[in-house]
Amino acid sequence: MNTVTGTGALTRLALRRDRTMIAIWVYALTAFVAFTVYGFKKLYPTTAGLNEFIAAAAHNPALLSLYGPLYGNSLGSLTAWRDAALGGIGTGLMSIFIVIRHTRADEETGRLELVGSAVVGRHAALVSALLVACGANIGIGVLMAAAAIALGLPAAGSIAMAAGFAGCGLAFTGVAAVTAQLAQTARSARGLAIGLLGVAFLLRAVGDSAGPGGPRWLSWLSPMGWAELDRAFGPIRWWVLALPVVTVAALATGAALLAVRRDYDAGLLPQRPGPARGAASLGTPLALAWRLQRASLLAWTSGALVWGIVIGSAAKGIGGLLGSEQVKRIMIKLGGQTGLTDAYIAAILSFSGLIAAGYAISVVLRLRSEETSERADPVLATSVSRTAWGLSHLSVAAAGTILILCVAGLGTGLGLTLRSVGGGSVIASNVLAGLAQAPAALVIAGLAALLYGLAPRASAAGSWTVLGVVVLMLFLGATIQLSHWVLDVSPFTHLPKLPGGAVSAVPFVWLSLIAVALAAAGLAGLRRRDIG
Amino acid sequence: MTAAIDIAGLRKSYGKTVALDGLDLTVTQGEVHGFLGPNGAGKTTTIRILLGLLRADGGTARLLGGDPWTEATGLHRRLAYVPGDVSLWPNFTGGEVIDLLGRLRGGLDAGRRSSLLERFELDPTIKARAYSKGNRQKVALIAALASDVELLLLDEPTAGLDPLMEASFRTCIEDERQRGRTVLLSSHILSEVEALCDRVTIIRLGRAVESGSLADLRHLTRTSISAELAGPPDGLDQLPGVHALDVEGNRVTCEVDTDKLDGLLRRLSAAGVRSLTSQPPTLEELFLRHYAGDGPAAGSPARDSGGVPA
Repeated sequence: MNTVTGTGALTRLALRRDRTMIAIWVYALTAFVAFTVYGFKKLYPTTAGLNEFIAAAAHNPALLSLYGPLYGNSLGSLTAWRDAALGGIGTGLMSIFIVIRHTRADEETGRLELVGSAVVGRHAALVSALLVACGANIGIGVLMAAAAIALGLPAAGSIAMAAGFAGCGLAFTGVAAVTAQLAQTARSARGLAIGLLGVAFLLRAVGDSAGPGGPRWLSWLSPMGWAELDRAFGPIRWWVLALPVVTVAALATGAALLAVRRDYDAGLLPQRPGPARGAASLGTPLALAWRLQRASLLAWTSGALVWGIVIGSAAKGIGGLLGSEQVKRIMIKLGGQTGLTDAYIAAILSFSGLIAAGYAISVVLRLRSEETSERADPVLATSVSRTAWGLSHLSVAAAGTILILCVAGLGTGLGLTLRSVGGGSVIASNVLAGLAQAPAALVIAGLAALLYGLAPRASAAGSWTVLGVVVLMLFLGATIQLSHWVLDVSPFTHLPKLPGGAVSAVPFVWLSLIAVALAAAGLAGLRRRDIG
Repeated sequence: MTAAIDIAGLRKSYGKTVALDGLDLTVTQGEVHGFLGPNGAGKTTTIRILLGLLRADGGTARLLGGDPWTEATGLHRRLAYVPGDVSLWPNFTGGEVIDLLGRLRGGLDAGRRSSLLERFELDPTIKARAYSKGNRQKVALIAALASDVELLLLDEPTAGLDPLMEASFRTCIEDERQRGRTVLLSSHILSEVEALCDRVTIIRLGRAVESGSLADLRHLTRTSISAELAGPPDGLDQLPGVHALDVEGNRVTCEVDTDKLDGLLRRLSAAGVRSLTSQPPTLEELFLRHYAGDGPAAGSPARDSGGVPA
């Protein structure tokens, strides 16, 4: 028996477990690109309009940091440019989820121990997870290229673009394989890999927005940068596509070597003994929820600060482009308002609102994982009521979301100030603009709470699907000119564009009321149903 | 004596799977009550209904005089629970979990806490992810035993303990009985129930099939007799309630229904007894009588400890 015996059987098992999840990822990302092509076709029916927009965008550091550089002036290059960030994040996240799920998560729950006692080699689980994740990325590449070609884009460019996105997924397949060896829990292995995905985004954002003489080389360090540096629809650099392949091969080898150096269910990061007594404060459900969530909140808050500073400092120079009516119109379509710096920050902050909604969902769903892991039972068997238990996690979700958004706003304000276009009042207005996203994010969290209370088994899939739809609405809604009846479903549609827009308290009040009502209905459902 | 637990006609189904099918169970205050049954018989479902985690489909359940569903939080101050499969927060130490659960219940006795840590030889500074199944079980046991409550609900609490720790556990339950606490001990380990319990309820396919003191239940089963007589016995095969009779000259071995023991002994002493050994029925026999050859019971789909929600 060698170290990969049984890989085939484990791969089939993984495909059987993930068949729905992988199909959803593959189709959603393909549809995302297809809708972008379709939308731009409708938005710029003439070459002149397209060229004007492209000429303006190619020199705008803010847009460059958000979406990357533009290569060429065709519908294809516009699509590749517009979808680069989200496409790379999408394939990266998918790969991380698949790899961790079949390696560290199975090891943590003990499933791998059961499987490992059969005729299965030491590396079989790792290799099968890598195969499944790579296969899913290749599937995305093939389908996406086919869809783009079918919509009339040049074949070579379509293939280069799709391969670029798939390549980002491949690179993060390798990253997740390594973090699965380093961390001892699936949660921290996943967190570490997603953190690195964020670093890859920021490296690309800083590199792409740098002027001549600036640190442009930073983009070359990021797998997300490679997805654009192959210049799909421009003069294609095919060799760039070898970078992710080399990366995944190197990281997978590294992971296999690390796996030999550690014990089953152990990580490589050290474990230390802890206190023999619980702190005096650790005696309420809220203290428990806070203790369970504080590490992730700290990570999210620091991420939001760095993200804000980077994005804010990239906003310099936008004012010079104000002359172009076309750019102005586009920025407004992307979610902005008058005043391009403000519009840019507003667009970024509404993106931050979506990210914060993702955080809020993950906190709310912690209730569900506490329940399914049977850790909720001993707590609910004490004098803690279900309402108090549920409310404790929901409070952390609400407070954490508000904190993350304020810090993201603080970051953009600081970033602007660093580039000497800000100051105290700018920082304050950016913090408020970040805070203004909170009611919409909390509506999404309230929906997750409602699903958890009434349909716990569907709560995870349901909440993330809702967020996915809202994200697609924000990114594609204006481009494909969805009816406002459809767009109005998203809570984010109703927020004023801040900073810079006109402020009315009305949407904040009723969005907050909806969020509270949804959460209350969820808690009422939780009180009435069976636990477990 | 009022009943600490009073269950009548309790029903619970998960979809098409019937977990409890008209269960009756009465636990009087101050007794240690064995709740015996194979995996999947409905023991965990019963306990989860008593904890107000599940809502019964039918029948009544009273716990310490209250309704376990509507008065859950108040009742929970007066009881402690140890699940069969203890799952802890991986980055909490054992000591933190003990203190947390104790405080959430309304406080715990610091002196008892430290003596229990000693008795169960548990290191409270280790993170829960590094604990074995047995050590996780000890954490839950110590948290429960160190709190000042009237009722202990223990769901297969010794499943992961080694024999030494199991002995410590028995001592602890003995102490609890001395303190006058009520204990519901769910188990499929017969020797444990035999050693600890005043009364036993045997559950099968969601229904109580026997309930009573061990002495009561023994009357329902057979005693093994082996005797050496002065002369050959006469007419033993005619006696009611005598089974597996084997006579070899003056030696007799047989099994007899416990309530028919008297008749057999009269007949034996009539023949003159030289030596006699009698073995009382063990709980094992009782148990096997209800479950032997009982296919559906062994492989019952109903949920029990360790089961994942259906």
